[in-house]
Amino acid sequence: MSVIVKNLTKSFNGKKVIDNISFEVSEGEFCILLGPSGCGKTTILRLIAGLERQDSGEIFIDGKEVSNLSPGERDIAMVFQSYALYPHMNVYENMAFPLRVRKLSEQEIDKKVRETARLLNIEELLKRKPKELSGGQRQRVAIGRAIIRNPKLFLFDEPLSNLDAKLRILMRVEIARLHQKLRTTTIYVTHDQVEAMTLGQKIILLNEGVIQQIGTPEEVYNEPANLFVASFIGTPPINLLEGIIEADTGGIYFKSGDIVINLESLESLREYAGKEVTAGIRPESLVPGQGPFSGIIEHIEYIGAEKILYIIPAGKSPSNRVDILGPKITIRTTSTFQGGRGESICFSVDTSRIHFFYKGLRII
Amino acid sequence: MKNIIRIRSLTRREKVFAFLLLLPCFSFVATFAFYPILNSFYLSLHNIILTFPGLGQPFVGFENYKNLIQDKVAIHSLTNTIIFVIITVMLEVFCGLIIALIINRQFRARGWVRAAILVPWAIPTVVASQMWRFIFNDNYGFFNFILFGSNVAAYRAWLAEPLFAFSAIMLADIWKTSPFAALIILAGLQTIPDDLYESAKIEGANAWQRFKKITLPLIKPALLIALLFRTMDAFRVFDLVFVMTQGGPADATNVLQFYGYKKIFAEGFMGYGSTISVIVFLITFLICLFYIRVIGTRLFQYRG
Amino acid sequence: MKQKINHTCFYALVFVVVFLSLLPYLWFLNTSLKTPIEITAIPPKLFPSGSLEFYISAIKEYNLMHFVKNSTIVASLTTVITIFISICAGYALARLRIRYKGFIMGSLLLVSMFPQISIAGPVWRIMQSLGWLNTYQGVIFPYVTLTLPLGVWILASFFKELPEELEDAARVDGCSHFQALFKIIVPLSAPGVFTATILVFIYAWNEFFFALLILTEKKYQTLPVGIALFQGQYEIPWGEIAAASTVATIPLVLLVFFFQKKIIRGLSAGAIKG
Repeated sequence: MSVIVKNLTKSFNGKKVIDNISFEVSEGEFCILLGPSGCGKTTILRLIAGLERQDSGEIFIDGKEVSNLSPGERDIAMVFQSYALYPHMNVYENMAFPLRVRKLSEQEIDKKVRETARLLNIEELLKRKPKELSGGQRQRVAIGRAIIRNPKLFLFDEPLSNLDAKLRILMRVEIARLHQKLRTTTIYVTHDQVEAMTLGQKIILLNEGVIQQIGTPEEVYNEPANLFVASFIGTPPINLLEGIIEADTGGIYFKSGDIVINLESLESLREYAGKEVTAGIRPESLVPGQGPFSGIIEHIEYIGAEKILYIIPAGKSPSNRVDILGPKITIRTTSTFQGGRGESICFSVDTSRIHFFYKGLRII
Repeated sequence: MKNIIRIRSLTRREKVFAFLLLLPCFSFVATFAFYPILNSFYLSLHNIILTFPGLGQPFVGFENYKNLIQDKVAIHSLTNTIIFVIITVMLEVFCGLIIALIINRQFRARGWVRAAILVPWAIPTVVASQMWRFIFNDNYGFFNFILFGSNVAAYRAWLAEPLFAFSAIMLADIWKTSPFAALIILAGLQTIPDDLYESAKIEGANAWQRFKKITLPLIKPALLIALLFRTMDAFRVFDLVFVMTQGGPADATNVLQFYGYKKIFAEGFMGYGSTISVIVFLITFLICLFYIRVIGTRLFQYRG
Repeated sequence: MKQKINHTCFYALVFVVVFLSLLPYLWFLNTSLKTPIEITAIPPKLFPSGSLEFYISAIKEYNLMHFVKNSTIVASLTTVITIFISICAGYALARLRIRYKGFIMGSLLLVSMFPQISIAGPVWRIMQSLGWLNTYQGVIFPYVTLTLPLGVWILASFFKELPEELEDAARVDGCSHFQALFKIIVPLSAPGVFTATILVFIYAWNEFFFALLILTEKKYQTLPVGIALFQGQYEIPWGEIAAASTVATIPLVLLVFFFQKKIIRGLSAGAIKG
């Protein structure tokens, strides 16, 4: 049960929300549509669901072009951000509803409802109304209503954003487990990159209606296609430095202000000599302790298993004002790190793990 | 699943669905509202006397309108109506405001009080008219009793005296429709958040200042809407006049809609009477446009 | 101390308002329970003897029961038809993407403001040519037209308040637009539908102008027409009028007392949110 989307374009009120989007989702794949708010991910989902009509482009579900089919005819199920449970029906009726619409017999309906309820551990809730349920329970009922029909495609629209942090993690695992069990093709929309990285087999990253990159979580993290992808994925975000490549007979260097990084092994950068590039260094690729670079620790975040250091690099004078947007470097290190606010620190770079971006696109 | 003709495109189907949903409503309104308005205009250009069908229905252009302008009774009805509208609407909105301020407060039995206030609004206008007609009765009316006690000789036939008849009708109207104005203003009052008043209290403002600076400005949209609805309704006054005074005495309470009714249905002058229909429509239409312009811009100001 | 004066003043004011609102009505009610002699008494008797002779007379001599029957049929049918059409139109205007939505709402508003006289003549002619004078449908059709704006405005504003995702979910679950409307939306807007029903019923029950024009035979007249045209042989039959008025208004007064909350909500929804 695969999904193929070709050249989808959609505008609202004259503004183009998605522009010539094409991608494929293979049978049984868990695909994530990821991006900041307004990037068009929910629009794409709704187009696939049939709740909106595209301006141009085609949608194929299981080989069939479905643009003229109503949502009910596409054999899909959707879990909404607010769960959209029917408030005037109890849990049993909510789950039975899609089956009733398709005119299944009462016995079949009863069997399926109880099966699904058992699968999701909500059997004791069958007689309750949605307003009597907690957020997590409502979530599960919404999922129950979605899977009860055994549709060919699941669509999830930011289903976890209304849950508190702890519950979110639990439900994430449940959704992953469900997918393992049912193996239904799933398209899942979220703006939370942690969710995307932990749940997805394929991530489609979007910004302003345009696909930035399609890949597995590893690909998207280790081989970001452009600056946007690199800065969107990863917490804390990647350190970005703007500077110039300098090359001479001795070697190749990257210069940003007073910081100079020796890039001996990266011969391929020679052709960029004299050009402005952006260097991207993940916080875990910086090693505190010894090294050619120095700075002052402005702030330390202690997260239990590790520490995040916020450094003002040497050459930029620390001011007495609270300068939130000033140039900082973040370093991710072990929790045993010794050091405090205001102290100087030295650090080095793992040069094998630097990304370089020229005109927005990654070159290394 | 579907026995109806399959329409290819999804958006097409939605459009057809929307069309079908609106069709019944539109049919009724087109047949019994829009068509009659146009027809009234058409009729006003003809000379039609229902009691003499043999005379045919000749086209007379704007002759009916020319006659209307010179019709003293018509002009008198117009002025009566305008005076009626101005006075009753002002007083109704005023009374409505007072009532709304009172029932806005939380107190026990508030539900009962609200229900009691709604009674005048809920009963048919003709019933209210009979009630007031009875109260103003010259032989044993309550009003006479309050003024003169048991001194029957002093009792007056209020509805037979032009000025008092007019006032009686206005009083009845104000009694009947102030609740409606009160409800609209109440809705407006309830949109004002309590913290505005609390913050003003902390700053030392007294009740009158709070009313003037917070309440009044913020209920302006509601006041305007109440004014609009009441003005439109007041122009249509008919039931009260029909039951209480039949337009008398001596046309003292003759109002536009009543005069039009008499001309068309009592006297059979459908052509001429339709002129009145058209004029009344145009007046209310213009007032409506004017108000919407004022309310429209005001509402935008307050939405910010 | 100031609080106490404030309080008493307030409650006094409340009492005055309630008294003024109810007095004329109670006086009429009181009159209906008197004997013919008591009506003409000076000073007027505050407490009636509780005699039902005016009610009996109204029923026997003045066709009161016919009026009640006609009013009930006309108001009920009007309400059913109007509410059904209003649900459809209200939903379309609240949810579906239609151009000229403002125009449609505006013209509906205009229709509710029409002076009845502007359409009276032609409507009468239409009814005459259809042979519908002195029939129920003769008044029901104009009534439906005049109450549609009210119904549509109230229901459209109630529908707008429902979360859009519910219809999306219903459609994904397999409902057609129509099924989604009547299976999900309507049950959830029951309060709104109920309020609209009450308001439409009250309007249809109280309507006078068109009933007067179209129902000229006593057999078919509704309560307002009957009460307005009560003619006695020698003088005005106030007792019977009062009795008839009480019968005509008891259902309304009961409606108001039981449902004042909903009525108020419905009227404000129509006015303010519009």
